[in-house]
Amino acid sequence: MLASDTTTPKTAEAALSLRGISKEFPGVKALSDVSLDLYPGQVTALVGENGAGKSTIVKILTGIYQPNGGTIEVAGQKTQFANAHAASAAGVTAIHQETVLFDDLSVAENIFIGHAPRGRFGLIDRAKMNENARAILKQVGADINPVTRLRDLGIASKHMVAISRALSVDAQVVIMDEPTAALSHKEIAELYELVEKLKADGKAILFISHKFDEIFRIADRYTVFRDGQMAGEGLIEDVSEDDLVTMMVGRSVDQIYPKKDVTIGEPVLTVSGYSHPTEFDDINFELRQGEILGFYGLVGAGRSELMQALFGITKPSKGAIKIAGDIAIVRSPAEAIGRGIVYVPEDRGKQGAIIGLPIFQNVTLPSLHKTSQQGFLKLAEEFKLAREYTARLDLRAASLDQDIGELSGGNQQKVVIAKWLATKPRVIVVDEPTKGIDIGSKAAVHEFMGELAANGLAIIMVSSELPEILGMADRAIVMREGRMAGEFKRSEMTADRLVRAAAGIKEKAV
Amino acid sequence: MSNDFTARNIPDRLTTHGQRTLKSWETLLVIIAVMVFVVNALSSPYFLNPWNLSDATFNFTEKAMIAFAMAMLIVSGEIDLSVAAIVALASTAMGFMMQAGFGTPILVATGLTVGVLCGAFNGVLVTRLGLPSIVVTIGTMSLFRGISYIVLGDKAYTGYPSDFAFFGQGYVWWVISFELVLFVIFALIYAVILHKTNLGRAVYAIGNNPIGAKFSGIRVERIKFILFLLTGLMSGVAAVCLTSRLGSTRPSIAFGWELEIVTMVVLGGVNILGGSGTIPGVVLAALIMGMVTFGFGLLNVPGIVMSIFIGLLLIAVIALPRLWSMARASRARRKA
Repeated sequence: MLASDTTTPKTAEAALSLRGISKEFPGVKALSDVSLDLYPGQVTALVGENGAGKSTIVKILTGIYQPNGGTIEVAGQKTQFANAHAASAAGVTAIHQETVLFDDLSVAENIFIGHAPRGRFGLIDRAKMNENARAILKQVGADINPVTRLRDLGIASKHMVAISRALSVDAQVVIMDEPTAALSHKEIAELYELVEKLKADGKAILFISHKFDEIFRIADRYTVFRDGQMAGEGLIEDVSEDDLVTMMVGRSVDQIYPKKDVTIGEPVLTVSGYSHPTEFDDINFELRQGEILGFYGLVGAGRSELMQALFGITKPSKGAIKIAGDIAIVRSPAEAIGRGIVYVPEDRGKQGAIIGLPIFQNVTLPSLHKTSQQGFLKLAEEFKLAREYTARLDLRAASLDQDIGELSGGNQQKVVIAKWLATKPRVIVVDEPTKGIDIGSKAAVHEFMGELAANGLAIIMVSSELPEILGMADRAIVMREGRMAGEFKRSEMTADRLVRAAAGIKEKAV
Repeated sequence: MSNDFTARNIPDRLTTHGQRTLKSWETLLVIIAVMVFVVNALSSPYFLNPWNLSDATFNFTEKAMIAFAMAMLIVSGEIDLSVAAIVALASTAMGFMMQAGFGTPILVATGLTVGVLCGAFNGVLVTRLGLPSIVVTIGTMSLFRGISYIVLGDKAYTGYPSDFAFFGQGYVWWVISFELVLFVIFALIYAVILHKTNLGRAVYAIGNNPIGAKFSGIRVERIKFILFLLTGLMSGVAAVCLTSRLGSTRPSIAFGWELEIVTMVVLGGVNILGGSGTIPGVVLAALIMGMVTFGFGLLNVPGIVMSIFIGLLLIAVIALPRLWSMARASRARRKA
């Protein structure tokens, strides 16, 4: 590695250093004595389970939170970020997972909102703004006209606008907080190119991600947090994936996909000719007891829409379903639950968890008829039911009366799954069950799914993560543009075949 | 952040019932109620007279009955601003039936039926057509009262049968009026519905996250429809009591009550955005507002001042919690 000697971290000066940072919230120590160095022209990956303190450090770096202790140095100068404006003035900018953009403003207005170039009388200099926007868009490699209204852009282009907005301030430090979570393969590739460009420009990049493959692909250095403390740091070339996982969870995760051998039983759910005017067309499959049926496809292939139709949220235009051999009509979630079909949605915050209600009330909501008497609540029964099912998922919480909104994503997901298991379903549909949750919770969810299948539950697992499908599913159906594009037995499943089916590319001739 | 919590030792609750009660908004309301009572007693020699106190209850009983149903509606994330107009329309319908020669039972049935129908109309518009309730009920507010004006013009219905007077003027025992008894009964019924039943739990779930509630198998639209129906019904009940008490119907009857009722609900600690609030809180807010109104009356404060006071109160109870948290945040910042 002689060629890179000039940029080795030992010799270069950090663009930004955090030393001994601590942050406490009432009753919780979010960070204690953590340090982080970001070097110009290098990507530092920040790794840790949900709740390890990653978002807290991002908020400290962007001036939203003030630390209780420790120092921040920018280019060797001690400083303080009293507010978001100060952080941005010091050259720190962040690309968030979901940036709020304005649909009815132009691309340039979105990029420069809050710091548009001014002309005479303090009015916005539109010509200059559009010109600057064009330059930034070119820099990030996006072919977008700055005067286009944002509403007319696709999701991917909107994301590029969000990135351009972050880069429109003159930043030396760029924070990317799970930037690829909502992107397709092609967009992710474009993002990697952008990261390379930023590196070449000498920016210091902090890259937060749950995906190990991308960390190893683009990061130069890593820092691992565990429970608000430093669990390790160093050069990426010196570690393996297993090392990072061990640092993150404090134990080694040998078996990430605990697929159990299960005897497949009778058919529970038969779907025939299921169609929707716009979302999916002519879907046929059978699901059996003890089976995990994977649904793979690109974002927008119609998988979630199909599942929501099975759950009674949207109406199919054609087709029928049979549950345990009997024709079933499902017009609402209440009816679906009554028939034994339940759905763990992808959008946990909006559709899964009821934030504002305590954990135990979230668990018992669809089972109230069981825990109550003639419509009157019985709290003791509710606590009993909630305790029984959350314990099976190894939930971590301060009390069952705690607001579900205070839990980490992984623990919220455990509550949502507990909620459905408490209804004693026949079929459980899980939609991206481990999206955005930490490795520890992920393993717990996977292990639990394996256990449920072994106990005779039928599981449909919608996932965009290939390893998850390959690791967990007995059978996989691939959807493309609303249609079934392939069906594979476990023995036939390979990453290559699934990806080709999803993208509509012919199989390699062998 | 601690790793000590494993599944087996997650406690049910960390706070006792007593601790939660002590920290609640309701406790603050009890203190305010006592203060208002003491101030009233000190500033007017007539206040402590049992008959005067009994009279004072009429300042809130009818409004509070509507406020109980309104509280549930607001907890669910909806609102009904047409309640006062429903009272007017129900009262007008009763007057019409009275002129047609019908007796008290039919009059009461008419008032309640009109209330329920108006509630159903609001409910259909909001739940079937998916319109925002604030706009729908501003519209029906004009519509319902407009019908009363068309029917009555500048005239009034008078001459209700003498046995009809019991609902608004009758006493059950000594100074305890029929309306006060009704108020207590409805307070208990609504407290049980909201706090002790599956329906009440569903209302909180809907108010916190309507989509999540739907995805949990709650029949969101049906429950919201029931809440609009209940609010209409309670407006009908209030119309019977008020018409009976006044002995006449004018189209301006119960004018502006929706403001006082929403104020009562919000002062009672119900979040105007939905999701939280209690019936005991609304009961306390009703007592406070009733006593303040009565105290102002004893001191000969003009009605317009009362209206200013209600407006300020509404803004204050919405703004205070926000100011409180802002003050706390800035204090925390200064400390850091």
